[in-house]
Amino acid sequence: MPDPFLSIAGLNAHYGDFQALYDVSMRVDAGEVVAVIGANGAGKTTLLRSISGLLRNTPGEIRWRGAPIGGLRADQIAGRGIAMVPEGRLLFASLSVEENLVIGGQSGRKGPWTLARVYALFPVLKERRNQASSSLSGGQQQMVAIGRALMSNPDLVLMDEISLGLAPVIIRQIYEALPGIVGEGLTAVIVEQDISKALSVSGRVYCLQEGRVSLAGQSDTASREDISRAYFGI
Amino acid sequence: MDWLNAIIQGVLLGGLYALFAAGLSLIFGVMRLVNIAHGDLIVLSAYLALTVTTALGLGPLLALVIVVPGMGLIGYTLQRAILNRTMGDDLLPPLLVTFGLSVIIQNALLIGYTADPQNLQAGAIEVASVAVGSIALGVMPLIVFGTAVVVIAGLQWMFYHTAIGRAFRATSDRQDVAQLMGLNRAHIFGLAMGLSLAVTALAGVFLGIRTSFDPAAGSARLIFGFEAVIIGGLGNLWGTLAGGVILGVAQTLGAKINPGYQILAGHIVFLTILAIRPRGLFPRIDG
Repeated sequence: MPDPFLSIAGLNAHYGDFQALYDVSMRVDAGEVVAVIGANGAGKTTLLRSISGLLRNTPGEIRWRGAPIGGLRADQIAGRGIAMVPEGRLLFASLSVEENLVIGGQSGRKGPWTLARVYALFPVLKERRNQASSSLSGGQQQMVAIGRALMSNPDLVLMDEISLGLAPVIIRQIYEALPGIVGEGLTAVIVEQDISKALSVSGRVYCLQEGRVSLAGQSDTASREDISRAYFGI
Repeated sequence: MDWLNAIIQGVLLGGLYALFAAGLSLIFGVMRLVNIAHGDLIVLSAYLALTVTTALGLGPLLALVIVVPGMGLIGYTLQRAILNRTMGDDLLPPLLVTFGLSVIIQNALLIGYTADPQNLQAGAIEVASVAVGSIALGVMPLIVFGTAVVVIAGLQWMFYHTAIGRAFRATSDRQDVAQLMGLNRAHIFGLAMGLSLAVTALAGVFLGIRTSFDPAAGSARLIFGFEAVIIGGLGNLWGTLAGGVILGVAQTLGAKINPGYQILAGHIVFLTILAIRPRGLFPRIDG
């Protein structure tokens, strides 16, 4: 069996004295889409913040292509090819749409994603390239946030609740764009509230419950009963 | 004509105040750091220039070639070694540390240079002037004002048209997300402080040519700098230049009425503007 792309083993994450993750282990192989589901407060966002380096951990608990990265800073991890679309989009308010995209690519990593490719994926952004990012609708802002992450030509992209607070029609648009993104050989970890959406786009799924992995399996074979037991703990 | 003269001299003086203020405005804008030691760093630059001029026999304007990058390096090092450790959600720790730094710089200057007033000798250019009608404009004040305009325009251009400016704005907006873009916050903050102190070096040398200075001269310059920033509106560089000019004109007009009123008039104008427009005359419009 080849080395996994990303492997997490026995991860314990804390916010001060509060422990948010207990002994979490997961693996992500190159080219796959892994979904992470779970109720509010189960630790999904904490898991992504740990991988991306916004939350520092014990180095060996998170390995990227075999190298321990748990103790690195977020900018160092970004430089190694892991990008994140943060929950709530978090665009740079004083930057224009295009500047938000350009700064995503400022690390200079080479790859298929360029400004032109992002505009081809989300044409509406090209029309609004010089507007303030805060003037866009929620869905358009989400497109900028996704484009900003892609601009770094990552090998792994972490997407945190990209459907949160968006209208269903917009969510569908964004998820329809996903195959075009992952088709570039990109690996993705997707955190999603909408379980059926998460299962339909992913190959494998992990469910978190109160900071622990309560289910790990294939997305297409996981039964509803197993998931609801893993989700709610009943 | 006397009054017109006072106003024009005040405008030119405002250029110096804008240089005091630009560095303060820059680091507050990028990292919300209020640098209490800023005035002392201005004075430190003047002393550095004094050492360079006496050691190498250069004029103070030529000494800028050494003092500006020197202060920039000091700024970057200071930020990386000390101030970054205090940065966080709370504004108070960096405020207290820069206050301590202010005390340390003043006392170190006192030990190194004694309390005797010093000044920088720029030679004939100090007293040269050009006549415009019946008003004589000093060449040095014109150089200072021109430098202030160029510095402000340069900073403005850098903020909105270069990669480093974009990184400054992004880090100012959201530090954590900027990290996700691969920007090392500690380095960005270091660059901002380096740039701030490079501008401060210009201010310090011009101050030393214009007037005498001693190790305790920093606090008044800090106040003038703060007043210019607040009058113009936080986070607006052209506003900072306008704030410096307003402060300079208020001071020269005050001095025209009574020489004792110079500093007081500046403070009164500042307090009046603060009372009427608490966010300054040209606040940045946040999205």
